[in-house]
Amino acid sequence: MTQVDSKALAELKPTRPTRVPEGLWLRCPACAAMIYRKQMEANLHLCPECQHHFRIGANERVRQLVDDGTFEPMFADLRTTDPLKFKDLKPYTERLAAEQKKTGQIEGVQTGRAFIKGRPAMLACLDLTFFMGTLSSVVGEKITRAIEHATEHDLPLVIVSCSGGARMQESGLSLMQMAKTSAALARFDEAGGLFISVLTDPTTGGVSASFAMLGDVIFAEPKALIGFAGPRVIQQTIRQELPEGFQTAEFLLEAGLIDRVVARPELRNEIARVIDYAGK
Amino acid sequence: MPIAYALEFEKPLAELESQIQALEAPAPAPAAAAAPAAAAAAAAPSAELLALRAQHRELLRKIYANLTPWETVRVARHPRRPQFRDYVKMLCKDFCELHGDRRFGDDPAIVTGFGRIGAIKCLLVGHHKGRDTDEKLRCHFGCAHPEGYRKALLKMTLAEKFGLPIVTFVDTPGAYPGLGAEQRGQAEAIAVNLREMSRLETPIVSIVIGEGGSGGALGIAVADRVAMLEHAWYSVISPEGCAAILWKVANEKTNTEAATALNLTARDNKKLGIIDDVIPEPVGGAHRDPAATAANIEKWIVENLQELRRLKRSGLPARRYDRFRKLGDFAEPRAR
Repeated sequence: MTQVDSKALAELKPTRPTRVPEGLWLRCPACAAMIYRKQMEANLHLCPECQHHFRIGANERVRQLVDDGTFEPMFADLRTTDPLKFKDLKPYTERLAAEQKKTGQIEGVQTGRAFIKGRPAMLACLDLTFFMGTLSSVVGEKITRAIEHATEHDLPLVIVSCSGGARMQESGLSLMQMAKTSAALARFDEAGGLFISVLTDPTTGGVSASFAMLGDVIFAEPKALIGFAGPRVIQQTIRQELPEGFQTAEFLLEAGLIDRVVARPELRNEIARVIDYAGK
Repeated sequence: MPIAYALEFEKPLAELESQIQALEAPAPAPAAAAAPAAAAAAAAPSAELLALRAQHRELLRKIYANLTPWETVRVARHPRRPQFRDYVKMLCKDFCELHGDRRFGDDPAIVTGFGRIGAIKCLLVGHHKGRDTDEKLRCHFGCAHPEGYRKALLKMTLAEKFGLPIVTFVDTPGAYPGLGAEQRGQAEAIAVNLREMSRLETPIVSIVIGEGGSGGALGIAVADRVAMLEHAWYSVISPEGCAAILWKVANEKTNTEAATALNLTARDNKKLGIIDDVIPEPVGGAHRDPAATAANIEKWIVENLQELRRLKRSGLPARRYDRFRKLGDFAEPRAR
């Protein structure tokens, strides 16, 4: 195992995740209205005009979901290594450092115990702002440990997914995280645990094809893009236009693949409600 | 038999091969005097012919001993490389195919059925790419739909019920990316296979025989033992896909770089602990001697199944869990 330079990490300044273009005002990509940023942020990052769900990072997600001050981060010490010495146009280590600097996070998932409307739960939130929420060894390991912890302590498990898929820079090791997390969920299932999977924009590739689609109950945020293959890949394969609304949360609901489309302001309530029915 | 030259790096062999062919060919009929000479040549090959053959063997060995990862991918995709149904024919005398997922349809890209390998009765599951154009189109070139993964799981559950071990053959560029596949839950189908294969109480062994493309490959490869043929590849994305995203363009140069960076060869995967064994191929690749390749595969399957059959069935999921649980690479500062 490589030693991590703690001083270098301490110097990582948490900066605000680049969710939307900077500035006091911004244009809603859905309804084109000019909206006041602060108002949007105070509104759970929804457009005040059309309720468009802006993408949010893991910190903001945790803040929105849990009872104030109840989140206890766990497994936060795990550090990404570069087992393949991967280099494309830039070395992996350089890309990783840039992501860490940009977000103030050291990896793409937050895991920990928390209370949601007074109900104890194990929570994992992927962070789209970090490396597109891709599935690295650390992300897979943290999620697996979260599942194992929930299994041991009879906690309901809530995973909020958003991901571009596998972390290519970790190649086969990234792929194996799909098997690892899914196998951990098999044990959690056998122990009678409740897993609520929340799919947010976008959830694709290796994340959708493993733990994200294995929820006992699956919620998705409105209009979220959810699928195995990305729309561009599908378009290139079938060489025709994709139908309107293809791979949205609403499309998946109609196809019978998810339980509910739940708007962000309702998420806490709905999670708590399911825990009351099905949690231990 | 001459091999059709689809591979750029095999070009140096072509010259030798045509020389050998010229020497082996019987002399043209009109020259009556030549006939006895040709007969003599057939009886005892000339010294020249023997030398050429030796030279050919040596060059072939050299080329295949030094394949780059991208060249390996090209071998794994060779149009004449043996496919799942070819191995079934070579390995099983009485393959009993089972069709359909009982939900939507029957996906020809994943073939399932009972068969005997050596003396061991088992369930065989494999991706099939297709040989002629018709078959290739029906099989979507080995890219399975959700119904393929669901068929595989349904039959694997049968195997568990009847106490049969499972042998899977992986050979896919990836799961099919299309409208129907998405609508019918491609991601869910693969995810469920990963979860359920991890807890099947029967031995499972998997062999990547050609292409091991990402989730579509893993969807039938959560096994107690995993092997790759020497010139197969297994990774999270194809080199072209990786090059197009990370290098912004896929061409011969970036594909070569991506293939190397991805650590996708059998040897790389063994080093990373993703697979347990590398099954050797005959010199010049599986397509040059399918029967010898099948024999190597059979030996590996029989050895591993014999070992796994000695273990208690109910203990297999825990061992399989441990196998996958430890995969991944990260650092953890000592807990304070």
